[in-house]
Amino acid sequence: MSKPTIAVAMSGGVDSSVVAGLLHREGYPCVGLTMQLWNQRRLPELATDKATGRCCSLDDVYDARAVANFVGIPYYVVNFEDRFEQHVVKPFVDEYLAGRTPIPCTLCNNFIKFDQFLEMADGVGAEKIATGHYARIQFDEASGRWQMLRSADTTKDQTYFLFGLTQSQLARTMFPLGGMLKPQVRELAIGLGLPVAEKPDSQEICFVPNGDYAAFIDAYFREQGIAPEQVSGQVVTPDGEVLGEHAGVHHFTVGQRKGIEVKRQKPEPLYVIETNPVTRQVVVGANSDLLRTDLAVEQINWISIAPPVAPIRAEVRIRNRHTPAPATLTPTASGVQVRFDAPQRAVTPGQAAVFYSGEVVLGGGWIAS
Amino acid sequence: MLRSYFDHNATTPISEAALAALTACLRDAPGNASSIHRFGQEAKQRLEQARRQVAAAAQAKPDQVIFTGGGTEANNLAIFGSLRAGKRHVVTTAVEHPAVLSPARELDVTVVGVDGQGLVDPDEIRRAIRPETALISVMSVNNELGTIQPLALVHAVAREYGVPLHTDAVQALGKTAIYPAELVTLSAHKVYGPQGIGALIARVPVRKVTFGGHHERDRRPGTENVAGAVAFGAACMDLSAVGPELRDQLEREILRRIPRTRVNGAGAPRVANTANVLFEGIEGEPLVIGLDLRGFAVSSGSACSSGAVEPSHVLTAIGLSREDARSCLRFSLGRANTEAEVLALVDALEPVVARLRKLSPAYV
Repeated sequence: MSKPTIAVAMSGGVDSSVVAGLLHREGYPCVGLTMQLWNQRRLPELATDKATGRCCSLDDVYDARAVANFVGIPYYVVNFEDRFEQHVVKPFVDEYLAGRTPIPCTLCNNFIKFDQFLEMADGVGAEKIATGHYARIQFDEASGRWQMLRSADTTKDQTYFLFGLTQSQLARTMFPLGGMLKPQVRELAIGLGLPVAEKPDSQEICFVPNGDYAAFIDAYFREQGIAPEQVSGQVVTPDGEVLGEHAGVHHFTVGQRKGIEVKRQKPEPLYVIETNPVTRQVVVGANSDLLRTDLAVEQINWISIAPPVAPIRAEVRIRNRHTPAPATLTPTASGVQVRFDAPQRAVTPGQAAVFYSGEVVLGGGWIAS
Repeated sequence: MLRSYFDHNATTPISEAALAALTACLRDAPGNASSIHRFGQEAKQRLEQARRQVAAAAQAKPDQVIFTGGGTEANNLAIFGSLRAGKRHVVTTAVEHPAVLSPARELDVTVVGVDGQGLVDPDEIRRAIRPETALISVMSVNNELGTIQPLALVHAVAREYGVPLHTDAVQALGKTAIYPAELVTLSAHKVYGPQGIGALIARVPVRKVTFGGHHERDRRPGTENVAGAVAFGAACMDLSAVGPELRDQLEREILRRIPRTRVNGAGAPRVANTANVLFEGIEGEPLVIGLDLRGFAVSSGSACSSGAVEPSHVLTAIGLSREDARSCLRFSLGRANTEAEVLALVDALEPVVARLRKLSPAYV
């Protein structure tokens, strides 16, 4: 039986380069594609001297092309700038303004990489896609479902950002690195002789230089002609006492301690406990005000199990760096109500809540409140 | 896999004659054309022979030929070299190549729109002219559509106001007559010559824009690319054009076999080798990739610095939406294309288009 043609999403980094090298070695016909998502010439005030590690920089495209040529697979750059702006950048900015803290990587996975990119793969005649994500996919005969599992390298696991993948998307997706440890991936890169084997990992959100969301949004506002006074407001206590001013709710996220400027000092440290987009107020309080037991999760995508009809037990992760905590999930009309066994710090609307049973990803959704 | 090349407006394969001239010159004339000794004289002799050949192709005098590093440099020299004290305004059109639009945008520029076929209205040029206008720049043949601009009419307007006319004629050479504007840009690699050599025909004085020695009659400094110029000259000795038969057959077969297709610019005078076709509701990018993987080289839009495709400013200028502009392919034929290749191309196009339309929600 001939192997299916695979479109490999190549970023120019080590991970996706190893994917291309591995699949080619295993005899799969591959096409390398790099998605041009963001024009780095935009928002020039954000430019830094450090051009590497920034997605869609010419250096990364150069590296991806060099790897594809080295491996010996056809390679193309495809323009997704309009789609990325529409499905990721604009919603990212809108979410911040709506008092939530968005996750652009999840938006990109849901609407670009596993949707439009899959369509591009169809267009060029590829049956499957492969990426360098750290997660595992397997088919469960008993339930007849595609399941997602946490990656073997627990420090690299990206399942928190991948909870939106549907059954049909999972059926056509390969994560060849899901079962490997990062040092093994580096060794493979060296073993394959890939020209990017020594390239450092990229850390930040691809289109936001230095991870400074607020500076990005400020620059975006200037480009779009939105005046700063349209987003500035007051810093208040839960009782409504005005403590100071702020330059925009997008500078704050729940649980944040840095950057809160108040005229009158409080005896204990202040944390953001809520941002209110309507009044444009940032509510601050004590660390203990951040502890929550209950949260509502909406727009849920169930992956490894069918949607439950009765309460189930699961471990719930509410941030990428959060250790999943045991909870009871009760189905509601719009999603599930999560009740943690023990209170959790900084439940943040706009972030994802992802449900696990051990290493199996059951599903996930968006924290509404 | 057999490969068929339908992208001759991007570049042409070098002809045997040009290649032979290039290698012979590199081998046999190793001197610097500015040197006094006989090595230099030999190189100079070949350079001047090439200059006469290029001049003849453009119906110009040899001393009007300034060899450059290609079309882009010639356009920059034409535009910046025409500026004078108090005259720093340029009139050009919305369908020019970036090699004209981009330098023009460094100056005070009026960009005149075009009609649905890509043609400029000479009266609009007239309305754009100001006392400080230094130059009018209108391309001869559009690289994406193949449409031929009414340069004689534009030139009549330009002369009325005493403004020199520049025309980027890189897509005209070897396809249609070269209009004798005051300044004319030519490029070797569009006529089966090598890349990296072009010329500006200057019937009026131009000031140099790069500085160094006194080469090219003090208009373009730098050691001459003698072998490139010689190969360009050789290419100019054979400017036989392809006829419209294969292009017409390609358009006919596409329109007949693939629904919801349309030829852009078909209502204007066109050169014989270029077809620009709109495939409604389809992304051009996967179409180009899908065809390339099947061995057919075509193009869509213009490549940005990363190599991704940007929607063509030419197609939006003739009134296409951004979406429709993304849905167009350019086929540009050349001397080696055959009827069998054209038919094989349409055979490959039909199923790829059908599959993309099945996927695309835009196509209902």
